[in-house]
Amino acid sequence: MKITTPEFKSNAVEALKNQTLQKALSHVEEGFIDKRQMAADALPEFETLRDNARDIKNHTLSHLDLYLEAYEEKVIESGGHVHWAQTAEDARNIVLDICRKVGAKTVTKGKSMISEEIGINDFLEGEGIEPIETDLGEYIIQLRNEAPSHIIAPAVHVLKEQVEEDFRATHTHLPEDRNLEEPETLLDEARTVLRQKFLDADVGITGANFLIAETGTSIIVTNEGNGDLTQTLPKVHIVLASLEKITPTLEDVSQILRVLARSATGQDMSVYTTFSTGPRRESDVDGPEEYHVVLLDNGRTNMVGTEFQDMLRCIRCGACMNHCPVYHAVGGHAYGWVYPGPMGAVLTPSLTGVDKGGQLPNASTFCGRCEAVCPMRIPLPKMMRHWREREFERNLNPTAQRFGLKFWAWFAKRPRLYGLGAKIAMRGLAIMAGSKGRLSFMPLGRGWTKYRDMPAPEGKTFQQMWAEKQVGKT
Amino acid sequence: MSARDAILSKIRNQVAGDEDQTARRAAVANRLATAPKGTIPARGQLNTRDRLKLFCQRAEAVSTTTVTVKSYDDVPEAVAEYLRNRNLPQAVRMGDDERLGGADWSKTPALTKDVGPSDGSDLVGLSHATCGVAETGTLVLTSGSQNPTTVNFLPENHIVVIHVSDIAGDYETALDQVRQMNGKGRMPRTVNMVTGPSRSGDIEQKILLGAHGPRSLHIVVVDD
Ligand code: SF4
Repeated sequence: MKITTPEFKSNAVEALKNQTLQKALSHVEEGFIDKRQMAADALPEFETLRDNARDIKNHTLSHLDLYLEAYEEKVIESGGHVHWAQTAEDARNIVLDICRKVGAKTVTKGKSMISEEIGINDFLEGEGIEPIETDLGEYIIQLRNEAPSHIIAPAVHVLKEQVEEDFRATHTHLPEDRNLEEPETLLDEARTVLRQKFLDADVGITGANFLIAETGTSIIVTNEGNGDLTQTLPKVHIVLASLEKITPTLEDVSQILRVLARSATGQDMSVYTTFSTGPRRESDVDGPEEYHVVLLDNGRTNMVGTEFQDMLRCIRCGACMNHCPVYHAVGGHAYGWVYPGPMGAVLTPSLTGVDKGGQLPNASTFCGRCEAVCPMRIPLPKMMRHWREREFERNLNPTAQRFGLKFWAWFAKRPRLYGLGAKIAMRGLAIMAGSKGRLSFMPLGRGWTKYRDMPAPEGKTFQQMWAEKQVGKT
Repeated sequence: MSARDAILSKIRNQVAGDEDQTARRAAVANRLATAPKGTIPARGQLNTRDRLKLFCQRAEAVSTTTVTVKSYDDVPEAVAEYLRNRNLPQAVRMGDDERLGGADWSKTPALTKDVGPSDGSDLVGLSHATCGVAETGTLVLTSGSQNPTTVNFLPENHIVVIHVSDIAGDYETALDQVRQMNGKGRMPRTVNMVTGPSRSGDIEQKILLGAHGPRSLHIVVVDD
């Protein structure tokens, strides 16, 4: 997938002008925020469980090498295979190799962000193997040739009329005069069309929400049941997972499951939480004959042991973007890669490099809502600040911005001069604003006044007011 | 160096440069062996009666229907009645589960039972759950010829029988029961935790039932 993250600013401007997108984005706030709140309020232990979930992942990450070893041993013991991939390219080649060995023509896919990260669809297609997304949202965006715009609701940017158009254009074997006005009929049509694909596929690829070290198990958490059909019907089941998905025991995963669905969709539990361990056994009458796990690094080992390690606790629930005012305004595509919203703003520069992803940490108002709702208590704003600092250190900001900051810092270190400067500037601005009390043009501030007026300062400076308040205090 | 070793040694260097590796190994071995429990919500710790009530309540809250019968011999009639009420033909797809097979099916001669995995042509699947979880009305089903996984997903409607004594309060207890089936650290190929019929919110975030899995889910609790 082409990374357009460096064009975040122009992407965002386009997104703000796009009426269809703006209409679709209104569903994010309606669909997620209240539901999460109600689910959290209904479970008195919710906050304690968040603490536990954080602690479990912290313990795991500080022993990640050992848990990975234990996990691998268990997968092998149960008859499965583990493939280690340092890069996206390695992962793609491993998948291709497995598909080739069984002469695969079609591959069904459950929803997986890792599959997006490594761009497996385009790659397989180029090699003559047809990948079929089966999650309804993923299926819609595959037809549209788009990337997901949300990590749990990939087609949240699409309106139902657009889905109808896409279905009519693709499912040309169905009667033209069929009624597709209601979401129900669209869902039914997708169910029918995809059913045969499930049955015909040679290989099924899923992601993993968790990998359990104790048992060598991979877990997927879904609502539709497509992931289960994907991994049960074909001869081969491939799991794509990044290495931080490791969780020690069944008890540990139980703790985290209690915060996952509540934070994501406001459900107490997703419909299907499925544990897969190895291929089918002798006593099984269905299920895959082969089970492969591709463990992907792709930059994550650069994060362990650094100030960005906390980000590896992420369980991809989407709560941070559901509550993000910047995401609400521009949607997921503007972020330019696989992971949008606050978690993407931290993860993208970590995985693609600060030169490509360095703009994203600036796309934040630091309102702190993401951290307040993150079930894993990831300090997202703090980590965005880390990236801003690194971006500055590496000279990646525009010259004017760097000059401005240096200029400001010089004054800020000289309080008297700063106070005087502020007073003069305030008066100047007040005079410029005149009786309107608002500025429609401001020197060095055109980025602001181009879209809205700036209220002119009145009264005293902050420092003056602060000094007055301190008088009389001991 | 293999990709595996490169990844593992890099992690080791970065998270535990000069830490004592023996102590780290012991910590990991200990957690895997003892599997300490975290916080169990109060609602997951009720007595048997209240647990059954909560189980049904939570299941119904996510559009599952439930019925309680007095013995396994009442299961066939409960199944037949459900099919009648929903205008479905009297036929089910099921595995060779002994408890289901051992019920008295002579009272429902019109009901046909096809035994074996589903190939996608069945309207109704019948399974026996390994256990359940009251806190969220969740069923736990395990793969095998007794209850093949395809029966859980391919038929349009799914009927699941569960014995009252297998309804646990919390996930931890239920998963421990699964763990006891084959011994610690050994899991069946597939364990399905199922909470309601399948659904999707992918079109304009409107939740619709019946995505790729069953459109309806019905639980028959055997309370003898
Ligand atoms: S950062 Fe937190 S809130 Fe955002 S997706 Fe990850 S776990 Fe969820």
